[in-house]
Amino acid sequence: MLLITCPYCGPREETEFRYGGEGVAMPEEADDRTWSRFLYYRSSPAGPFTERWVHAHGCRRWFTVRRDTLTHEILDTTELEEPPRGSP
Amino acid sequence: MTEPAFQNPEFLWRNPEPKSAYDVVIVGGGLHGLSTAYYLAKNHDVKSIAVLERGWLGNGNAVRNTTIIRSNYLRDESMPLYELSLKLWESLSAELEYDVLFDQRGLLQLAHTKTEVNDARRTVYANRLSGIDAEWLEPAEVQEFCPIVNVSRSIRYPVLGALLQRRGGIARHDLVMFALARAASAKGVDLLQGCEVTGFDIRKNRVVGVETSRGKIAAGRVGLAGAGRTPLLARMAGIDLPIQSTPLQALVSDGLEPVLNAVVMSGLLHVYVSQARNGGLVMGAARDNYVSYAQRGSFQILEWQIQAALELYPVLGRAHLLRTWAGIVDVSPDASPIIGRTPVESLFVNCGWGTGGFKATPVSGFIYAHTLAHGEPHELNRAFSLSRFETGALIDEHGAAAVAH
Repeated sequence: MLLITCPYCGPREETEFRYGGEGVAMPEEADDRTWSRFLYYRSSPAGPFTERWVHAHGCRRWFTVRRDTLTHEILDTTELEEPPRGSP
Repeated sequence: MTEPAFQNPEFLWRNPEPKSAYDVVIVGGGLHGLSTAYYLAKNHDVKSIAVLERGWLGNGNAVRNTTIIRSNYLRDESMPLYELSLKLWESLSAELEYDVLFDQRGLLQLAHTKTEVNDARRTVYANRLSGIDAEWLEPAEVQEFCPIVNVSRSIRYPVLGALLQRRGGIARHDLVMFALARAASAKGVDLLQGCEVTGFDIRKNRVVGVETSRGKIAAGRVGLAGAGRTPLLARMAGIDLPIQSTPLQALVSDGLEPVLNAVVMSGLLHVYVSQARNGGLVMGAARDNYVSYAQRGSFQILEWQIQAALELYPVLGRAHLLRTWAGIVDVSPDASPIIGRTPVESLFVNCGWGTGGFKATPVSGFIYAHTLAHGEPHELNRAFSLSRFETGALIDEHGAAAVAH
């Protein structure tokens, strides 16, 4: 189980959180290809990855996590930025 | 080639040195890669074929699955695909002259809510219309078919019935790997272990070869079959795929006397159980839904799975946990595979089988071999193209995945 530090509440067990995946900004205007990429395409890298989690059973706020997908090590957690990091 | 892991007995398959060029190079020496190589050599006029595997053959999801085989999918595109796979399984041991212990012991998918009952009955009708065997069982019939299932009304999610596919079952995953590797090698396919693809030689948007840890290899066509690692491979060729790679966990108990005569799945409680021939209870769990290549998951997922198993099968309460593992599954947005062309000429992809790739082993190779040989999809995988995520013609199989991953 991951130990995730919510930037608002401190370290909590993974079961308190929900995964949000990579943050992707919704396009203002979109042709089929852009819309398809917004809906379905997310990067799936091996190594450090910037993703979003929500503290579902806590403060219910979204935040940003940098995690290594090869080791599950959590590199840092920060408050949600606008626009979210990791947008294509 | 000094590492002990690569020193397979020569009667299984040859360990040749890489040649400088092949007609078709398949990247990924798992079950799908080996199956593709076998059918390519058997069914098509392709002279030189290589399978490139970065580790040793079958070291990924081939040995990290729960070996369940069924064909009771829901969509018009999926049903014939998985049904052909089941038919190929039925003759695979004879065809490969190697017993893969395919055992059609029957597969039950339990329904615990009114919605699940309706969905299961709909699947029964859809399957029958497509010539796939399917039956609906009432709770008492479930009990009769599989006596250890708890059909009491007093549990949190009582069993309201089940979908039964009598032709469903299990096979021995490692034997399938040995059988396919042996048969492919005998037909002249070069199985190259310890041969990691590090890049693609792409000229004027056409792939002409691969760079590997054992040197450059020219290729007429390249087929990716890397399961969870396919997004990483594709990115080396400059291609993005709508695939998320996440861990899917499973566990096995120590050996028990025979207690479970069928494969039993529960989507709502999220546990699926079968008893291996050595007596171990093999159980599958939920996905950890975060991106990972670590081949391990979270403890709480196993805990939920065991809780569900004990409610459904109280008799398993005295079993001991022997081993747990996780495979990295390549999940597509509509829970259906992506098989066909990519934006790069002569580079093909077969991925996105997600949590259900083992059952598809024969058909995946069968249709992918056709696609690689002709440069065009087989009739059965035409709808499973990468372009469906732009046209919107998705093949939504989330509901039919038996357990909703």
